[in-house]
Amino acid sequence: MTSSRTVSADSLAAACSVLREGEAGDEIDGVVPAFVASPGDVGEAAALLRAAAAHDLAVVPRGSGSRLGWGVPPSRCDLVVDMLRMDAVVEHAAGDLVASVQAGARMNHVLGVLAASGQEIALDVPGTATVGGVVASGLCGPRRLRYGSPRDLLIGITVVRADGTVAKSGGKVVKNVAGYDLGKLFAGSAGTLGLITQATFRLHPLPGARAFVSTTFPADSGLVASSVAAAANSPLVASAVELYRPVPGGPVSVSVLLEGSRDGVAARAGALAELLGGSVSGEPPTWWPWGIEADGGTLMRVSFWVSALATVLDAVSAAAVGNRVTPTVYGSAGAGVLYVGLPPDAGDVAGFVSSLRLSLGGPRGSVVVVAAPAAVRAALALAGGLFGQVPSLGLMRAVKDQFDPGHRMAPGRFPEGI
Amino acid sequence: MADTKEMTTAATGALAALTAALTRICGASNVITDPLELRTYECDGLTSHRATPAVVVLPGSAEQVAAVVSECAAHEVPFVARGSGTGLSGGAVPHSEGVLIVMSRMRKILEIDAVARRAVVEPGVTNLAVTEAARPFGMFYAPDPSSQVVCSVGGNVAENSGGAHCLKHGFTVNHVLGLEVVTPAGELTWLGDGTGVVNGYDLLGAFTGSEGTLGIATKIVVKLTPAPQAVHLVLAAYHSMEAGGRAVSDIIGAGIVPAAIEMMDALSIEAAEAAVHCAYPEGAAAVLLVELDGPAAEVEAELATVRSLCAAAGAYEIRAADDPAQRARIWAGRKSAFAAVGRLSPAYIVQDGVVPRTALGEVLARIWELSQEAGIRVANVFHAGDGNLHPLVLYDDASASETEAAEVLSGAILDTCIAYGGSITGEHGVGLDKSRYMPKMFTADDLDTMQLVRCAFDPASLCNPGKIFPTPRLCGEVPGHRRAPHPAVVSGQAEIF
Repeated sequence: MTSSRTVSADSLAAACSVLREGEAGDEIDGVVPAFVASPGDVGEAAALLRAAAAHDLAVVPRGSGSRLGWGVPPSRCDLVVDMLRMDAVVEHAAGDLVASVQAGARMNHVLGVLAASGQEIALDVPGTATVGGVVASGLCGPRRLRYGSPRDLLIGITVVRADGTVAKSGGKVVKNVAGYDLGKLFAGSAGTLGLITQATFRLHPLPGARAFVSTTFPADSGLVASSVAAAANSPLVASAVELYRPVPGGPVSVSVLLEGSRDGVAARAGALAELLGGSVSGEPPTWWPWGIEADGGTLMRVSFWVSALATVLDAVSAAAVGNRVTPTVYGSAGAGVLYVGLPPDAGDVAGFVSSLRLSLGGPRGSVVVVAAPAAVRAALALAGGLFGQVPSLGLMRAVKDQFDPGHRMAPGRFPEGI
Repeated sequence: MADTKEMTTAATGALAALTAALTRICGASNVITDPLELRTYECDGLTSHRATPAVVVLPGSAEQVAAVVSECAAHEVPFVARGSGTGLSGGAVPHSEGVLIVMSRMRKILEIDAVARRAVVEPGVTNLAVTEAARPFGMFYAPDPSSQVVCSVGGNVAENSGGAHCLKHGFTVNHVLGLEVVTPAGELTWLGDGTGVVNGYDLLGAFTGSEGTLGIATKIVVKLTPAPQAVHLVLAAYHSMEAGGRAVSDIIGAGIVPAAIEMMDALSIEAAEAAVHCAYPEGAAAVLLVELDGPAAEVEAELATVRSLCAAAGAYEIRAADDPAQRARIWAGRKSAFAAVGRLSPAYIVQDGVVPRTALGEVLARIWELSQEAGIRVANVFHAGDGNLHPLVLYDDASASETEAAEVLSGAILDTCIAYGGSITGEHGVGLDKSRYMPKMFTADDLDTMQLVRCAFDPASLCNPGKIFPTPRLCGEVPGHRRAPHPAVVSGQAEIF
């Protein structure tokens, strides 16, 4: 064992100039990787993955590390590929509203560079998150209603395959249909298909002004649902329609974000406040979720058609009562996505998830546990797992087999051990 | 030779058995084998590539499509899906020994959920029909390819179609949230559930724009968009293309994202004038159309800015229109341009290159040089906002030398687009027509990696084979361990040297 480890270390060191042994801080759910390597460019990254392939090492890509605890932990991990040295904004073509960024660049750095030209990547994600992490995790926030998720803003991607092959798709023009779009496949792939080394995004102009129209409803799901739909479907063009219910069955707060010119936003906010019976502010309500965090507890993502919002709200409240838990519900109601959070000591979380899946089970939505403590994961293993029913698993397995035939890239992260 | 003959006989036998099966599945009236009738399906909107299919079948339901594909897979016969046949890259050109699956009988709008902003449609529904069905609810379907009156939503999904308004509103892939598909193995499954949230791999995103090579969509869930409160169209006329280009840069630089920015040069204006009497300003070397849409309060402010930027860039005439009839009259010139150019020339090639918007001026100058050198006229109509050029290369197809020169010129224009960091296709797709240009834009490793997706969906390479990729990848091939000839080799699409 020791000798093979030495051989691996030698060949990894030959591939990448910055290599060290794994430490306690590198642990992913109890597994300390043997090695942590930090490639400085795509050549080193490719050499690293070739070496890892030669020695059958399981590889987990890492950005800021903030999402490594999400989902199912990888079943094994020999090498963590730390991307933080690849942190350059490679190109910002302001006139083209396009930027190419290395995967290890942190979002606050990138957004700072773009803001100097009055532009942004229109995703609401933590500033410390890396570009690669955001793409691989499919992270987005309230403004997904208007701008979509990373896959919608990504126009080009460079990846290193499990065998070390460097490949790109897309490009640096927004309109481009040449070839398959690998960016779609890698967005949200959680490191299971390969290593993302660079991403090119379409940018948007920073809005000149913004306003939040907020109101709180008594516990009437039907009224909440019709108001949310009215805001999301209004030609006043909301960038986000968020909802917050701190206590199951309790009052529901709704806040709508409008972005645009100063005069335009003022007029639109006035009209929307009248429509919803709310008040206008330049600042978000205190509960506005700029970033989605699990905070060591269980975080569920419930997706649905907005026409089912009242049903979803009632189902969450009923499952909470039935399983004696008190979840916080918040998220992009207008886009059909709600997060349900429970503290680490919540009680029968698995029972709650099962109840939710039972009442919301159907072809037009899902209840997915995006993060959970180990005990909850263990309990869920017997109750549909973190993902529940996932359609097209056979095709997903086939994709994984093609990109990573040795199942060495973040193995086990995905549904059914993919 | 003996092998070839044996194979052909075997193929004929398989085809006869397959045709019988297709007839059982879809009924005799929906299976076409008559050679004359088959010829009506030999090409799509790009008439320079033709092949007569062995058999055409018109299924009426998702289950029938699945059964048809299962039979094709079982008989190892290639198949190609076809929507309205308006594609401009030969993506729906049939396989001469295969089955053409025509989706036009499946054209029901199954559901409009105005609260969720979703429509569920069958693939044969036309693009415009979705918008018409959504209109009573105050909504529309945003992707609007110029052929929207006839093109099918299924075809749009295959091609990831754009349109003049995708500058602001995005492409088909941003508006398709769920697909029921038949896999190349003949299984019915769903990719995406209409919510916009994908669990596991985003196969929905990978499928959209895969040009019919990963399967056949049988139901489509699309996102509807609230109809804008206000729409304004600005027409600005310039004495030079450079001045028009400057206005485009200034508008984008001001932080405005118009719904559309279109530009036409003198030659295309002349053609449009002759065809539809659009009455664009006389003597214009360039006409710019800028459409703004959104909340009334925003559009009014943007309109003032756009007008002043257009004037500052040197416009000698500016018109603005906000009522639908006026806007339609102005758009008519732009929308007729392709067809109108047919009056200027016996034949023409429509190109579909993309360059970074900031390189438009230089690239147009280069196209002008190339056109002069070749002695072949090029009319330019383009989506200026996103750098998507549609140069129309005019030639006389009665002259073999001119035809060849036009093709060379057309290729040189694509080379220029690639050299400026652009793309060989912005919205028409690669299809059969541009696969040979793919290696100029992508490395062998890029193309090999893309084809891993193909191998995952269609290891036997039966689903619309020969499109997009110049050389098919042999799926599951382990060097030195090949057990049997790959179907792509057997069917003559690939050779192993």
